[in-house]
Order: sequence, then C-alpha cells, then structure tokens
Amino acid sequence: MRTAMANRLTPYMFMAPAIVIMALALMYPLGYMIWGSFRDWNPSQTIGEAEFVGLKNYITLWGDPNFHESLGVTLRFAFFVVSIEMVLGVGLALLLDRDIRGISVLRTMFILPMMIAPVVVGLMWRYMYHPTVGTFNRFLDGIGLPTVDWLGQHALMSIIIADIWQWTPFIFILSLAALQSLPRSALEAARIDGATAWQQVIHIKLPLMMPVLIVTGLLRLIDAFKVLEVILVMTEGGPGLSTEILALRISRTATEFRELGVAAAMSNYLLILLLLLTVAMFAFNRWQETRAARVQALVEEDD
Amino acid sequence: MLTIRLENLIKRYGDVQVLHGIDLEMADNEFTVLVGPSGCGKSTTLRMIAGLEEVSEGEIFVDGKPVSHLEPKDRDLAMVFQDYALYPHMNVAQNISFALRLARRPKAEIEKKVREVADTVGLTEFLARKPGALSGGQRQRVAMARALAKDSGIFLFDEPLSNLDAKLRGQMRAELALMSQRVQKNMIYVTHDQIEAMTLADRIVVMHGGYIQQQGTPEELFKRPVNKFVAGFMGMPPMNFLDGEIVEHDGGVFVKGDGFDVQLIGEKAAKAQKHNSKQITLGIRPSDLAFEADAEPARALKLDVEVSEYVGAQSVLLCKCGPARVMVEVNSQTPVALGQTLTFAIDPGGVHLFDRNTEVAL
Repeated sequence: MRTAMANRLTPYMFMAPAIVIMALALMYPLGYMIWGSFRDWNPSQTIGEAEFVGLKNYITLWGDPNFHESLGVTLRFAFFVVSIEMVLGVGLALLLDRDIRGISVLRTMFILPMMIAPVVVGLMWRYMYHPTVGTFNRFLDGIGLPTVDWLGQHALMSIIIADIWQWTPFIFILSLAALQSLPRSALEAARIDGATAWQQVIHIKLPLMMPVLIVTGLLRLIDAFKVLEVILVMTEGGPGLSTEILALRISRTATEFRELGVAAAMSNYLLILLLLLTVAMFAFNRWQETRAARVQALVEEDD
Repeated sequence: MLTIRLENLIKRYGDVQVLHGIDLEMADNEFTVLVGPSGCGKSTTLRMIAGLEEVSEGEIFVDGKPVSHLEPKDRDLAMVFQDYALYPHMNVAQNISFALRLARRPKAEIEKKVREVADTVGLTEFLARKPGALSGGQRQRVAMARALAKDSGIFLFDEPLSNLDAKLRGQMRAELALMSQRVQKNMIYVTHDQIEAMTLADRIVVMHGGYIQQQGTPEELFKRPVNKFVAGFMGMPPMNFLDGEIVEHDGGVFVKGDGFDVQLIGEKAAKAQKHNSKQITLGIRPSDLAFEADAEPARALKLDVEVSEYVGAQSVLLCKCGPARVMVEVNSQTPVALGQTLTFAIDPGGVHLFDRNTEVAL
C-alpha cells in the first residue's frame, strides 16, 4: 500500500524542482505584471502604494493613436519580415539542396548571421546604414548613384532588411532539413512521370514541406513580434514613431514615461497576440496528429 | 518494334567501378529479369536505363536511337519502385493521373484512363484515399496503376515485391505475370529473388560483381548453368557442390572425393577426360537425387541424414557426405529416419561439372 502510494508520487517529486522554478521565474512575474496592469503605477511606488484603476490602462491604450501606430508598425514589420524571409529561405534551400563541392562550407556561412548577438547586428547595420560614412552610401556614391537616407526616410525598410539578413538562415536550415528528409524515390518517380525541375518543386517538394514550413513561419512570426535589440540599437524607434515596434514602446513607456501600469497593459496585449499565434501553432499540430490517427485507423480497418 | 540495347555500359562512382561493360539486347515485348545478389549492379543498370543514374561509359539504345543523354521524362518509360515512391500528399486518383496531368491531357481522357487503370488493378473503391491510408499491397497496386496509366513503351520494375510479406508477394507475382501477358510491353524487372525471376521472365540475366554471368530462358539457366555461381544461384533449394578429382578406374571415368566415387557417363565423361585440370567440383541439384536403397554404388551417393525439413508434399533432407553438406528433395512419404546412412541415386542428366579454380562449367 505504502509502496504503491510512493510509486504514484515519484514522478511528481521529480517534477517538483522544475515546477518551483517555473512558479518563481515565470508565473510570479507574469502574475505581477497582470496585477500591475490594473494600477496607476509609477516606478517610485511599490505596487501596494499604486492606485487601483481597473481596466483604465487597457481602455486608454485602446483609443491611443500612438499605440495604434506602434501596433501597426509591429504588424507591418512582422508581415514583411516573415513573408520575405520565407520566400528567400525556402528558395535558398531549394537551390542548395544538392551535392556540389564546398556545399557544406557554403551552408555553414549562410547560417552565420543567426549566431551573432542581436545588439552586435544592430550596431553593424547602423554603421553600414550611416548616411555619410556607411558602407552602403559610400558604395552608391562610389558608383555615381544618389545616396539613400537609410535610417531616416526609409527606416522601416532598413530594419526589415537587417532582420531578413539575420533570420533568413533560420528558415533556410529548417527548410533544408525538411527537403533532405523528403522521400528520394518519390522525386525520382516524378522525374519519370515527366515533371520538370519547377514542377517537382511546385507539385512535390513544396506540398511535402508544408507542415514544416507552417510551423517555421509561425515560430518566426512569434519572434518577429518580440524583436527589440536590433531596432533599439539602430533607430531607437525613430524617426518619429516610424520604427517604434511594440516591444520598444513598452520599454519606453516603462522607463521614459514612467507609467508601469500602462506598460504592463501593453505587454498583456502583446502577450494575448502571441498566445493566439501559439495556440494556432498547437492547433495545427493537433490537427495533423488527429488526421494521422484517423488515417492509421483506416489502415487497420482494412487489414 | 521497340528494342533496347545496352552497349558496353560502364558505371563508376569516383574510382570504384561497379559495372564492367554490360552488353545486352532486349527484344520487343520481352519480359527481361535482371537477377543477382545485392551489389551485383542490377539496380544500377536499371536506373541507368531509366535515366536516374548517369552513364559513365557506353550507350543505351532504344529503337536504335541513343538515349543516355536524355532526361528520364523523355525516354518513354514508366517505373515501379521498391518502396512504391507514391506521392504521399496526393490521393490514389491524383497519384495515378500525375503524369497525364503534367502532359496536359484533356480532363475527360484523364478521368477515363484513371478509372480504367484502377479497375485493372482493383483500386476503384480507394481512388479518394491517400497512400498513408492504404496497406502495403494496395500501395503496390497504386504504383503499378501509375505506371500503367502512363502508357509508355518500356516498363521498369525495381524489386517491386520485396517489401511485401511472403503470401502477398506470391499473389502479386501471379498478378504481375497476368498483367505482363495482357499489356504487351518491354518489361525490365530487377530482383534478387530467383523464384520471381524464374516465374516471370521470358529471359533471365544473371548478374554478379558488375558482370553478366549468363542470360537465357529460365529453363536454359536452370538446366545448363555456365558456371558455379549461376548454378548455385538459380534453383531452390540450391545445388549441392562436392569437391573431387577426376580419376579413371575399372574402365570408367569417375569423380572421386571424400565419401563418394561417382561414375560419369556419356558426354560428361568425355568432357572430364579432356579437361586439363583434374580438380573439379561436382554439382547435383537436390531434386536430382532420389532415395533408392539398392542403387548401383557408382551412380549414387551414400549420405548421413541429419535433419529433415518437412515442407508439405516434399521434404528437404539435410545430409552429410564426408565433410560436405548435401540437400536432398524427397517425397514426404519416403520413410527416412534421422541418423541413418542412406543411398540416393543420381539422375544421370543432373550431373554438373565445374572447374574448381575457374568455376566454369565443363
């Protein structure tokens, strides 16, 4: 009796340390943030001294044009970044999925940008975008073309380019892995059936890669909503609000405007957005699993 | 007329040469089976004909025209793969019609063809299913249907039955034989299973080590193997080999070895007498030995019966003749007790002789 009881409890004992750490490091701050978002709270106060204002912070934000602008920038940034990265990453993977000399070196070089710390990436690009001494404008000037006001007039485009440079490799390596796990003989069958290289991509490769691509895309989307360091270093959200993505606005609201409650409410809006995406990803996985299970059931029925 | 001719076909992977000049001619509507153990080059040969592997040297002619520079799709062929190679994201109908859709045939024609082919292989009720929801045998049929739908001149099969269980394999083998009679096409079939080769082929090509060992009808290969390899490879249970020497005594020519002294008669005796080496291997198929207690000693083997494998109407006796193992196929009714030493008469037509060093048949 006692051993049975002990046996039942063993797994929970093993999980206990992780649960304690989760509670301390994740649940506590999260709860703190949600609690704080209902208060008119300024950094000089403890949370207990702050006045409870109910949903006021949320309602204010709902009607705040600056918040709308920031949300819009974030959505635009995420949309462009993820769609362009998907096209480039998958395209590169399709091109480099072959055995030619030096291909492994090439592949390693392609994924280097991903390994550089975001702050360093931000600094690098800031120097390259510099209006007078930056690499790009010096080059344009050198070949006699008009220079571009990268981080001024075209700030959003510039940060999108930098992000694409850094994160295309992520999609590239995942797509390449997906491609290399495709059934070789199905592709050979397609060649015999008369498919050109393009038709193989359209009719066989892409459809078979789709599950991986959907999850990869969602992962990148979640990441794109949270991006902060690169943009902070490159533009600090400027000029104006043109590159002020949500994460940046949250940090500024908390530190510069000293409105912790509003910042917390904004974080919660972002959190809800990300949760929706995560749920979508899980739902997709779940849908695939149930479909696989249904197919399995069909097979067993026949046997 | 659609003949296929391979001329001095050579394949190298880097420095390793795996095919050493294959010459082969396949007549119109012929069912050719390439058979051999793993790594003998049979699949490579097939894949070169298909255009999936590059030809290192030599040429492939279809209808007299060289094709080795052509893409697979331009070679007028259909192929059935070992792992079926179905498109997992398409249902059965889409799988079957893929080639036709790529060729932009009219929709009505495609539908008609799909129904027709599905009917031929018995898949009509599964047209809407994806391959994942089919059993192994059904997938095999889809692969077959897909090849049929293409209406190509040449059919290639790369070990199509080896992923099926034994019972289903036998069934599909029979269906294939039926299909090959109905669809008059050039068929090239690769397998490591000599039973498939024997039952399906008009002509068998035995390959080993990147060389063609022998080609001919199943009967030719079974009755007149040109060397020890072909003799041992074709036939189940395999041929028995006994090492011995050619000796002459009592006015006759004998093969004498450890535990046996068998007289050769007729043509075999003359050949053995003329042969420059006395070192020889005697080959006798298990089915050419018959239990006969009072057989003449010079035409028989005395064997110690160790194990009897009952397989129904027949039993296979595992025996010993000196140090060598000998298998004998007997009627199950034959009264045999294990541990006995029995006399088995040799069918005079079933004696094969091979040079022990070159392994070539005498």
